[in-house]
Amino acid sequence: MPTTYANPRYPAVVPAAVRSGRPEHRQVAIVGAGLVGLTLALDLASHGIPSVVLDEDDTVSFGSRAICFAKRTLEIYGRLGLGRRMLEKGITWKTGRVFHRDTEAYAFDLLPEEGHEYPAFINLQQYYAEEWLVEACNATGLVEIRWRNRVSAVENRPEAAHLWVETPEGDYTLHAEWLLACDGARSFIREALGLPFEGKVFRDRFLIADVVIDKAVEFPTERWFWFDPPFHPGQSVLLHKQPDGVWRIDFQLGWDADPEEEKRPEKVIPRVAAMLGPDVPFALEWVSVYSFRCRRLARFVHGRTIFAGDSAHQVSPFGARGGNGGVQDADNLAWKLAAVLRGEAPPSLLESYDAERIPAADENILHSTRATDFITPKTPAARAYRDAVLDLARRFPFARPWVNSGRLSRPAVLAGSPLNTPDSFPGGAVPGSPAPDAPVLDAGRADWLLRHLGGTRFTALVFGPPRALTLPQGVVALFVTEADTPGALWDHSGLARARFGVPAGGAVLLRPDQHVAARFADPDPEAIGAAHARALGRAAPPLRRAA
Amino acid sequence: MPLDTRPRVADPDAIFALLVEAHAGLDEAASRRLDARLVLLLMNHIGDEAVLREAIRLARESAQA
Ligand SMILES: Cc1cc2nc3c(=O)[nH]c(=O)nc-3n(C[C@H](O)[C@H](O)[C@H](O)COP(=O)(O)OP(=O)(O)OC[C@H]3O[C@@H](n4cnc5c(N)ncnc54)[C@H](O)[C@@H]3O)c2cc1C
Repeated sequence: MPTTYANPRYPAVVPAAVRSGRPEHRQVAIVGAGLVGLTLALDLASHGIPSVVLDEDDTVSFGSRAICFAKRTLEIYGRLGLGRRMLEKGITWKTGRVFHRDTEAYAFDLLPEEGHEYPAFINLQQYYAEEWLVEACNATGLVEIRWRNRVSAVENRPEAAHLWVETPEGDYTLHAEWLLACDGARSFIREALGLPFEGKVFRDRFLIADVVIDKAVEFPTERWFWFDPPFHPGQSVLLHKQPDGVWRIDFQLGWDADPEEEKRPEKVIPRVAAMLGPDVPFALEWVSVYSFRCRRLARFVHGRTIFAGDSAHQVSPFGARGGNGGVQDADNLAWKLAAVLRGEAPPSLLESYDAERIPAADENILHSTRATDFITPKTPAARAYRDAVLDLARRFPFARPWVNSGRLSRPAVLAGSPLNTPDSFPGGAVPGSPAPDAPVLDAGRADWLLRHLGGTRFTALVFGPPRALTLPQGVVALFVTEADTPGALWDHSGLARARFGVPAGGAVLLRPDQHVAARFADPDPEAIGAAHARALGRAAPPLRRAA
Repeated sequence: MPLDTRPRVADPDAIFALLVEAHAGLDEAASRRLDARLVLLLMNHIGDEAVLREAIRLARESAQA
């Protein structure tokens, strides 16, 4: 069916261990070359950490999967060198419209605020993201992706995880000091280790049709969501534009729908035609029927095995929180594992991955569950309230925020993290927040603040003129000033300091994943040192209260 | 501020009649939706989440066995 994209086929890799019969030893093995496994491999490589990535398949994501990539994800890919490419190919959108029956209930703007490099969302097919991640991983020379390597058994030992791997030419065993299980929602590793994956199934089915619409037909670049439209009574429909002239249409079908029957073109084409109208020529690109679940592992870190992405948590797609959440897992885990492997942090730092990403997963599950319950009311009362909200939304602005057609992915604020140094500044990016972006001028050139933050080291962002500071090893200073000053970024709009919420002369300690670790009224090296130790999970020297 | 359960409506008979009349001619589903709209309008007017939580709790508790 597809005409706009041909999946690359990567050659199978048969490592030497198949012939030698001896176990292979690796520091880091990642299982799953999906969105999350590849992001993790690339991020680790940016820290100089090599990894081997095993995938049972020989290609990137197939068919209709993620399309909405959120601002924070783009910022993470910006840090990893892929952000601009995604932005250029992707469809940028920020307006959503909600319809009820045959009228528009209301429209919303996702990012009303200016002064960020990346928009609230772009739409881009998951396979492009993965294909570019594969290229980027290969270019590092540190990531070895082994296609058609299927993990068929695993043993999680105290000192290493042992994997049994099948290739087209025979099996081998791999001993990995760290096993990163990114093997998706049906994770073999999770099952093999007997870890319960609990949550709820939504008794509903959705038809996902990706269609190519004739270029001559104009639709605005917006997210359109219908409750109970005339062309699909009693159910919901979502329309989204993708690159290559492809449109994603999700039809809610109800639990009783027969998935095989619903996938037949004779069934799908009339549904799409009823929606688009008689004068819109289209061709089917992909068709699939899904039911959705929300569930997670009780913990993501299990000794030498760490889960990330869909293997750790699964959400319904309303809100685009699956892939976006998984990419944030990778962002969170990579620098911590790198710090542990380099001996800069104790292995216990990895426990903070649980402490930070479990609440984030719960937030995603909560929002996606609530959205699913709003879209598919479970009881007559729920339905009455849902419809009442929609009835009122047309006339009364107060009811519009009650309409839940998916609360679109926002970055998690790791507010309760043990790595944060609490402070008492009113407002701004509190410890645990991802750093807000801001426009700056770098020696007269227009630039973005986030491009200068994070990466392989901590950043002491100082809102004041450049000067000598004694900072702990692994912390680099970045000066941002209110006036054009050599050696500093010029915060010409004042947005940078305002968004961080620190006074003039203040400072912010940022982690390699660009999250705020601590804020200070002035860049006192001792306070920065203490916050840095704390953010690395090291026993910190007694804390003087910051700010 | 807790939920105010003291008598506050001056003419309960009139308001009661008004409420029942509002449902005139509606089938069960439409009637339910009218109530739902009413609840939402009033909830927004009240605004205070603690008060709303208490009202929901008391409403649930007050059903006759
Ligand atoms: C219809 C739909 C729409 C979606 N829309 C969005 C969206 O708009 N935005 C968003 O953020 N998310 C969305 N998602 C969710 C998103 O697709 C997933 O969250 C994301 O793919 C998870 O990535 P992952 O790397 O964890 O897992 P996967 O992408 O599933 O990758 C797992 C990989 O592991 C490999 N593997 C599995 N078992 C083994 C084994 N035993 N040995 C070796 N390899 C193995 C597989 O081959 C696969 O490559 C959507 C999902 C669906 C289904």
